[in-house]
Amino acid sequence: MSTVALDQAIEPIRDGALLAIPPDYSGVAMAATRALIRCGVRGLRLVALPQSGLQADLLIGAGLAVEIETAAVTLGEAGIGPRFAAALGAGTLRIKDATCPALHAGFQAAEKGVPFMPLRGIIGSDLLKVRPDWRVIDNPFQPGDPIVLIPAIRPDVAFFHAPMADAQGNVWIGRRRELVSLAHAAAETVVTVDRLYDGNLLEDEILAAGVLPALYVTRIALAPGGTWPLQSSTAATDAAHIAEYARLARTDAGFAAYLDRFLRAAQAA
Amino acid sequence: MTAPVRSEELLIALVAELIGSVRHVAVGAASPIPAAAALLAATRTPSMRVSLLSSRRHNFFTDGGRELFDCAGQGRVDVFFLSGGQIDGHGNVNLVALGDYGHPTTRFPGSFGSAYLYFVVPRVILFRLEHSRRTLVEQVDFISAPGTSPPGVYRPGGPVALVTELCRFDFDRARGGFTLATVHPGHSLEEVRDRTGFDFALAPELRTTSLPDPATLALIRGAIARELAEVYPAFAAEIFGVARP
Repeated sequence: MSTVALDQAIEPIRDGALLAIPPDYSGVAMAATRALIRCGVRGLRLVALPQSGLQADLLIGAGLAVEIETAAVTLGEAGIGPRFAAALGAGTLRIKDATCPALHAGFQAAEKGVPFMPLRGIIGSDLLKVRPDWRVIDNPFQPGDPIVLIPAIRPDVAFFHAPMADAQGNVWIGRRRELVSLAHAAAETVVTVDRLYDGNLLEDEILAAGVLPALYVTRIALAPGGTWPLQSSTAATDAAHIAEYARLARTDAGFAAYLDRFLRAAQAA
Repeated sequence: MTAPVRSEELLIALVAELIGSVRHVAVGAASPIPAAAALLAATRTPSMRVSLLSSRRHNFFTDGGRELFDCAGQGRVDVFFLSGGQIDGHGNVNLVALGDYGHPTTRFPGSFGSAYLYFVVPRVILFRLEHSRRTLVEQVDFISAPGTSPPGVYRPGGPVALVTELCRFDFDRARGGFTLATVHPGHSLEEVRDRTGFDFALAPELRTTSLPDPATLALIRGAIARELAEVYPAFAAEIFGVARP
């Protein structure tokens, strides 16, 4: 599989897609997210494994996302995603509030091709009131033991960044195995990478342990440093940038100014 | 001369006492005081594992984000920390919103892992610095995770204590409520009552929270501060004047 340009890589992400995204610490395809905002896809339904931050906030603020299923939208020390909060206040975003392990369970069910996964906890949480799709059943093996069932989450596209890929389309994710869950569960997977590996990743047993095989990968684009301003496997989050974003994105005008500067800068780069 | 004990140092020592001697303590993101307390507790029990979820060094998980929850579900996490935009007198935690869920007056980031970890981790320490009638309420507006569960619901875990800038409450699971255990130096029972939105019981002998002894204080300001700087550089610099390694 040869790599393609960013704009071509994101083609599988169509209007209305259920788009699966990783948490901020895991390898977020931020360069490709900027490309996605420039091309103006609409009606995206985001599902985070298990939470998101800057990426979701941008996609919501820029009007691409109309729904999100997540355990949280947070900019870390900079607090709640301001556009996420504003959209919920304005009623322009559908929220499916979840808890981290429920999202892991839903993805895991999809990975196994089964309709649901049982999960402990949750009973007595108001999440059950706002998630009618989550069911409580009696444990069929030990009656008198209520347990929650989480339906499988089957995204249209998984979308993330990884350190490297090879010419065969294998992607090295290391120990960030939630990226594997994203790809296993989704119908298609779009990946950006920092660099190309010279050789076949599966021929090195040590590297092979951290590989997502090409079977699950639809498109790969080269985007060195493609997680910026979020962290990568080698670089820390650009905390000053996140703080500046949090400050600007508090208002509609500030967010528009940020987007203008941010997308222009990205295009020039 | 030794500098006076800062409130952060008092809290680190107090939370380390609450952690006690266990196999595995895990600390979520944006929690510098619980993280420092876990590192301190581990100096007393060398076999203790400390998972700081926002750290690369103090994080042994290799199976992705789900491993924490899988291992907690099996009972392999003994202590965890939760906070909340609101915490009520029944130990319920709200990480979602104030006001009506559909039209919130204030929205918080979300429930994170609370709706699960609160059930399966035996000792959950609630940590909320701001002690006010805004944060410590009679009844939360949204239950992200309940403090107790009815009989028959699988619930090996739950809250053991609530630590704030004013005091330490212990949680009584049978009664489903808090008991004021110690008040931090410089604060009073009246102040705690004034600033708490829920009713609580009183320990038979209400004590003042102990200050860390000189050896503990030296450890906090030395090795612990340096280790913390990897994960919380801003906090370590501000409180201890320690730069990132």
